Amino acid sequence: MSTTEAATETAPGLRVVQDATCTFCGCVCDDMELTVEGDRITKAKNACVLGKAWFFNHHVEDRPEALIDGQPAGYEQAMDRAAEILLSARFPLTYGLSDTTTEAQRVALAITDWIGGIVDTTTSVCHGPSGIAFQGVGEVTCSLGEVKNRADYVIFWGGNPAESHPRHFTKYSLMPKGEFVPNGRKDRTAVLIDVRKTKSAKAADHFLQVKPRRDFELAWALRALARGVELDPSIEETTGISLETLEEIMDGMKKAKFGVILFGMGLTMTRGKHLNSEAVLALARDMNEHTRWSAKPMRGHGNVTGADNVVSWSTGYPFGVHLGSGFPRFNPGEFTASDVLARGEADAALIIASDPMSNFSQPARDHLEGIPSVVLDPKLSDTARTASVAFTTSTYGINTGGTVYRMDDVPIPLRPAFDSPYKSDLEILRGIESRIRQRQLAESLPDPAASGA
Amino acid sequence: MAEPFILIPGRTSQQGVTLNEGKYTEGYRVEISTLQVAPEDMQRLELEDGDLVRVYNEVGEFTVPCVTARGDELPPGMLFISYGDNSSRLMGGDTQGCGMPDSKGLDVFLETATVSE
Ligand code: SF4
Repeated sequence: MSTTEAATETAPGLRVVQDATCTFCGCVCDDMELTVEGDRITKAKNACVLGKAWFFNHHVEDRPEALIDGQPAGYEQAMDRAAEILLSARFPLTYGLSDTTTEAQRVALAITDWIGGIVDTTTSVCHGPSGIAFQGVGEVTCSLGEVKNRADYVIFWGGNPAESHPRHFTKYSLMPKGEFVPNGRKDRTAVLIDVRKTKSAKAADHFLQVKPRRDFELAWALRALARGVELDPSIEETTGISLETLEEIMDGMKKAKFGVILFGMGLTMTRGKHLNSEAVLALARDMNEHTRWSAKPMRGHGNVTGADNVVSWSTGYPFGVHLGSGFPRFNPGEFTASDVLARGEADAALIIASDPMSNFSQPARDHLEGIPSVVLDPKLSDTARTASVAFTTSTYGINTGGTVYRMDDVPIPLRPAFDSPYKSDLEILRGIESRIRQRQLAESLPDPAASGA
Repeated sequence: MAEPFILIPGRTSQQGVTLNEGKYTEGYRVEISTLQVAPEDMQRLELEDGDLVRVYNEVGEFTVPCVTARGDELPPGMLFISYGDNSSRLMGGDTQGCGMPDSKGLDVFLETATVSE
């Protein structure tokens, strides 16, 4: 894709790209002003500390186009080998997908469908439990634009946006002046609920230090108060929060005009998992008997929300989908990556922009290391190092255009800064898909020799 | 003697920054290999910043240097480490049918270690 749109040449060899998009975290800030010198970004105005690290460290590295069994290879040869691996597998797994464009995600899903595999995304090990909870109790939702313009009571639960989503407070949830909160921060009440008193606590009016693994009980205590049920003061022993504080918080929640709970992986990764998310989603739903409340998960990777959208609109389910029976089947625990690897079931893997070799459970890592795998990543990772075929790719948002979904399900276009000599995920996946289809079609045609033609 | 703790692996901004610099940089390696311990626990266990500790559960173990957590960020009895290879070593394969292994709030034991990894 051309990188010249919206770019102005300010001095020879120096360009400024306006309104570029940062894809490092789920905030997907689309107000970046990037200064580009050759194949490097040297300034990233408006980016936070993470965004700057993202833009400054994704220059073009001198690596082979691909590695086959650790040996340098060209793209064509590597795509041939990747197609062979995937076609010979009986229970292949496609995994990752949260750091690539929606266009590439669609092709990865199509490949999985052609080969009858499982498609799972990093959602299963971040907000997958929330995805399960949505199916149980629904999601009273809103966009970050509504949060910015309306929210006067904001609860951050089980997350540390100050470190994981540094611009969330200033761009969307706390500081901005909005249509119905004209004084910005002064018009909002902020609550942080967490087991640790993180850096985010400074930004909150109230910090509720919940006991570890007691989020479920805390959410149900608040649900009870929302319904007017009397609670015993011993709730403090259970949750770590006094009844008086809980009543004060509930009073504020009921008086709010527009409240929102933004919840993180402190809920989904801790014992209880989908039941924790379900309790918080149900609390937001219950609060609508009093006033307007929503709940949104805080999403980590730049396009993990896109992965959920693509897998959902294609199969009807958000992650952990088995396509080997000719129709989609969803069963977390059975068809999720961590499980099919830890149980030693998958016999090949296609991994896009993800590093399960460094963040999956030990049994899952042990199995993944022993099966053939095809890995696409702009950077070298433990997963790429152990791959049968490892492709070097360009970086989405920096070299490659396309679409990503912000954490509130709003699609945002990318405006790349400079071209890369490496192919994009989309180009490589299309190459693999066309090889797979050619082979499949050739094999399904009647053999002319056998028919005597 | 080993003491029981609850381990919270999580993200830090330093982890995010060094992740972009590269997973094979010294900065990233140090960030994911440093265990934060509450000041009260450091004192009680007579630990100093930089001392090696071994953290283990029924799944696996790691040995890393510890540091005192900032201010009152961590309550006693709780440990924090940036997500990464070390924290994953303590994650079991069981997801209780939901796809997500127990990844935060892990029951672990901590003891001082005398030898480096
Ligand atoms: S908040 Fe997230 S998307 Fe925005 S600049 Fe920082 S890292 Fe990038």
